[in-house]
Amino acid sequence: MERRASFRHWWIGIAFAVPQIVLIFTFFYWPAGQAVYWSMTLQQPWGGGNIWVGFDNFRQIFADALYWNSVALSTVFALFSTVLSMGLALMLAVFVDRELTGSKIYRVVMIWPYGIAAPALALAFRFIMAPEAGFLSFVNRLWPGLWDPGLDGTDAMISVIVAFSWKYVGYDFVFFLSALQGIPKALKEAAALDGAGWLRRLWDVQLPLLTPTVFFLLVIDITESFQDSFGIVDIMTSGGPARATELMVYKIYFDGFKGLDYSGAAAQSIILMGLIVALTVLQFRFIERRVHYK
Amino acid sequence: MIERTPILNTITHVVLFVGFLASITPFVVVAIAASHDLVAVNLVPMPMLPGGHFWENLHTAWTTADLGPKLVNSFIFAGGVAAGKVLISAITAFAIVFFRFPGRQAIFWAIFITLMLPLEVRIVPTYAVAADVFEPYRTILDVTGLNGLIESIAGVRLDLKFGLLNSYAGLILPLVATATGTFLYRQFFLTIPDELVEAAKMDGAGPIRFFVDVLLPLSRNNVAALATIMFLWAWNQYLWPLLVTTEPSHATAVTELKQLIPNVGGIPEWNIAMAGTLIVMTPTLVVVVAMQRWFVRGLISTEK
Repeated sequence: MERRASFRHWWIGIAFAVPQIVLIFTFFYWPAGQAVYWSMTLQQPWGGGNIWVGFDNFRQIFADALYWNSVALSTVFALFSTVLSMGLALMLAVFVDRELTGSKIYRVVMIWPYGIAAPALALAFRFIMAPEAGFLSFVNRLWPGLWDPGLDGTDAMISVIVAFSWKYVGYDFVFFLSALQGIPKALKEAAALDGAGWLRRLWDVQLPLLTPTVFFLLVIDITESFQDSFGIVDIMTSGGPARATELMVYKIYFDGFKGLDYSGAAAQSIILMGLIVALTVLQFRFIERRVHYK
Repeated sequence: MIERTPILNTITHVVLFVGFLASITPFVVVAIAASHDLVAVNLVPMPMLPGGHFWENLHTAWTTADLGPKLVNSFIFAGGVAAGKVLISAITAFAIVFFRFPGRQAIFWAIFITLMLPLEVRIVPTYAVAADVFEPYRTILDVTGLNGLIESIAGVRLDLKFGLLNSYAGLILPLVATATGTFLYRQFFLTIPDELVEAAKMDGAGPIRFFVDVLLPLSRNNVAALATIMFLWAWNQYLWPLLVTTEPSHATAVTELKQLIPNVGGIPEWNIAMAGTLIVMTPTLVVVVAMQRWFVRGLISTEK
């Protein structure tokens, strides 16, 4: 959409845009460029500038089993947490959308988890899922040694996935519900008059109209699973036990700031950036065209 | 709907109630655990009724993690990000929508791209910039030879050095430098009828007058939605404050939670940890409950 009416003093326009441009240049474009530069160079241990190493950093990363471990873990994490939170959110939204008595309260309460900071909910879940005390500890009383996220990698992964999904069910729920409520009532009523039962209407009317939301949330949830997971992992498991929950962003943080390997961390960042850009482009280019719109 | 569906209604109620329990249980568990003493909180199974040590645990958590100043920091940080976003996004969108100047499309796309890469994935170089914020400009001056020019003319060498670590500016500015709010405003400004602009111009209003007296009052809803979302988002930030604030004086409440994790093999003071969690999660929960309408609206319109 183009406006016809605009103001003549174009220099005022530029002046208004300048603060944003300066900010994104300083804190976005420069660092992003810097990351590319670092990923191609190696900092000398005693100062004296960076030496050019080309793609060596990348080669090193791709040869590193620990890096592939973090990629695999991130994939598992993204997959399970996205499916879990979207599935549950969709189910809840569909039922709340039926607007039976009490649905107003559910609508309010189910959004709350999204307002909680990842580290705060991580600490809460660390207690809830602690093996020796807390909400889930009775499991170990009944079957000793069954559950211990501090020692068992799988248990640790399960707990971070549950904590993350708990937050994002609330988020996905908001979007699903608003999409469901945007579906014209007449459509459902027409289907009902044609003799379609609730399941049929859900399957043939509501779900197809939700596909844009599904794909949108799919991309957002996967992207968030890369970034918002950091606080959860850091508080709940610190990447452990034995690197069983070392997701990609956590590894970047760890290598860059604990291991002081800026070049390696920068190269990992570049790969992650590429991944997220690819996902976004995929959303815009490919998926958006294929899904149903009203 | 039209038909009677008693079985389906029962299922609906059951599923929703289970969902309700799942949403609420962690809050309840945190609150209950925060009200017990050390012995009771470590019982297996965990006591499901509140105990009588609530206030003293809150007090201990408050003093152990020094939460008073940290909460103040969090408020300044989150409030600063929200205010900065609201202001910067509004003026940028104003420039993009209501003016025609060379490079307008380029600026639009330059801002749009920032939507794609969250701070977390470019954390290492952004940190380096925050540690030495004039580095980009210094490099440009050096590389282009401008510095030599300035030196020969003015006789002084420009040596810009200014770190943002352990400062509110360092916490706030990098988080303001994204496009989320700009697009919210842009979409809204595009719906303002041309006639309104023409009328304002006819009455002799310049662009700034139009912005202050017409656009801002009309965008009140957007401001509320954006401010709510950004406040929550900034309050809940973890990685960035963790890196930028190396001194405890500038740490935020959320990063301070780490102090409360019971050590393995140490005293399992879960009651204190949960009391701290409760304190840190309360402000955002209050914002979500009080601003629910704006929160939901902001979520949906900033992301699309």
